[in-house]
Amino acid sequence: MENKSVILAPIYKDNLRNRKIIGKIFNILLLISVLAGLFMLTVLLVDIAIEGVPWLRPELFTNYHSRKPENAGMKSAIVGSFIVISLTGIISFPVGVGAAIYLEEYARKNRFTDFINLNINNLAGVPSIVYGMLGLVVFGRMFGLFSKDSWLVQTFSLPVQSGMVNGLVFNLFGIPWLEIHLPFGRSMLAGALTMSLLILPVVIIASRESIRAVPPSIREAGYAMGTTKWYVTRTLVLPIALPGILTGMILALSRAIGETAPLIIMGAFTYVPFLPNSIWDQFTAMPIQIYNWITLPQEDYRIHLAAAGIIVLLLFLFILNGIAVYLRNKFQVKW
Amino acid sequence: MNMVSNKKRIKNLLSFFHSTGMNDFNEKVMKVLLFGCGVFSILITVGIIISLFSEAIAFFARPEVNLFTFFTGTTWRPLSSNIVPENFGVRPLIRGTLMIAIMSGAIAIPLGLGSAIYLSEYASDRVRNIIKPLLEILAGIPTVVYGYFALSFITPLLKTVLEENLGIDVNFFNALSASIVVGVMIIPMVASISEDAMRAVPRSLREGAYALGATKFEVSTKIVVPAALSGIIAAFILGISRAIGETMAVSIAAGSTPRMTMNPLDSVQTMTSFIVQVSFGDAPSGSINGQSIFAVGATLFAMTFIMNIISQTFIKRFREAYD
Repeated sequence: MENKSVILAPIYKDNLRNRKIIGKIFNILLLISVLAGLFMLTVLLVDIAIEGVPWLRPELFTNYHSRKPENAGMKSAIVGSFIVISLTGIISFPVGVGAAIYLEEYARKNRFTDFINLNINNLAGVPSIVYGMLGLVVFGRMFGLFSKDSWLVQTFSLPVQSGMVNGLVFNLFGIPWLEIHLPFGRSMLAGALTMSLLILPVVIIASRESIRAVPPSIREAGYAMGTTKWYVTRTLVLPIALPGILTGMILALSRAIGETAPLIIMGAFTYVPFLPNSIWDQFTAMPIQIYNWITLPQEDYRIHLAAAGIIVLLLFLFILNGIAVYLRNKFQVKW
Repeated sequence: MNMVSNKKRIKNLLSFFHSTGMNDFNEKVMKVLLFGCGVFSILITVGIIISLFSEAIAFFARPEVNLFTFFTGTTWRPLSSNIVPENFGVRPLIRGTLMIAIMSGAIAIPLGLGSAIYLSEYASDRVRNIIKPLLEILAGIPTVVYGYFALSFITPLLKTVLEENLGIDVNFFNALSASIVVGVMIIPMVASISEDAMRAVPRSLREGAYALGATKFEVSTKIVVPAALSGIIAAFILGISRAIGETMAVSIAAGSTPRMTMNPLDSVQTMTSFIVQVSFGDAPSGSINGQSIFAVGATLFAMTFIMNIISQTFIKRFREAYD
């Protein structure tokens, strides 16, 4: 017995050395795969900075798209993005947080709830271009219900227009600024509604996590005082969860601000030489303007102006993300 | 005496709560509203299915189109003036889409899995807290930016390396350039889902292996990765599904030539870039082209939907195994 182990020992040792060498090689491979991603990130940012920084001029913010690259700017795109994103936030916040509260506080653990969960996770994986097509049919065209030959218009002989403004236009209660257009067409409202559906799964998932992080003891303290479920949710759970919810919300919006495909499908315009007056106006957005520049043949647009536009877009993104990180660090409660 | 005053006190308390608006009516209204929000997500799915398939059915109902030749045909020429079923074969678009998805997967899967193993098993907390957010930035960069990067940097690089030095023809729009940027884009997704799965593996499994004399490499590859396999597979499928649905980078860098090619240096068209091309061309809503994008969109949705469902079941499996 003893002899055997003496004989085995050197073999085992040799083997261990080999195994350690394999481990070292593996370690290096892992490092390479991490660094490859970071390397590409660096190259991407440096490439954009080199091409774009010399073209970062005030005209970018004050002018519309122009035939001369030196004069071209993205004023309407910046304003368009800003308004669409704000509307998206206003629309998706109540619905997303409401759904999160329902799923965390109210829903029983049953098959129906499981189905909703599965559905939300699935929606998060649906390509954004599909949301664009959904928005086009539901908001943009409203299934053609307000076109001249639809059964709805025929039966009620609705006064639909065709031309610049398509469909039905009326003022709610006769108040001029409560104008309503049906269908929503290629308006900012249609774009914002589409974006809201797109980010809703993200908002719900982030809000749920934040609500779940509120310890049950807080709720129980509330119930011990004889209060009701909604009162506990409104006065105890939501205020504590709010910073986390807002962080998730802002991160979702920062995803929306870079989304291009759904807005293109919705029919956002590439050339809008005016600022919008109302949510019914046509619009363009930063990523669409950038895409438009990339597809032009002249190098000044394709390479330089596009890069400058990207820098502006990324700056907005970094500001949004910065706010989110600040909120998280400042108000996050550790239990 | 005492009993009565206690009852009275409780009654007073109750009426106090009722007076602060916490009444049953409020409670019920809120419950209904919140339930509505929760169910709304189902409406979105229903809306997607109705809007895609109603237009797709209208497309297939046309005499110029044939459902069978749509899925078997190898020619996609919807914009030609000759409108015959033979021109509506979606396979070139599916071929282009899968080619880019597979090539970008070939980049993102090893790099993402490597990053995940490194972050979960090798990196200290400090290193992890620095590297992870940096990797996440890759996922946060808008896809149009990746398209720009492909066209302004990767394609010229490929041209210099392959065309000028090796004499291989490189099209200005090519599938390889698009695949590289899409691959980089989905690294964080593959990495973060795989890492979640690996971190869910209980420490006792690792410690058992260490106690038997295993090295870190052996613990990682023979214990942790197999134990987290269902989550890792889910990450791969979700990554590929994301690449299939990726739109802007692909329509910018891969071009718009629907063809049955196997050459990654050729220009191809994916399902998504066809939809973008038609949407930019402003096809009227009732026209055959306006409807064709919904047939393509429904195909795309069905493909990603099936992949997402499969990966969800895999994710559920690893959550159940170690929770």
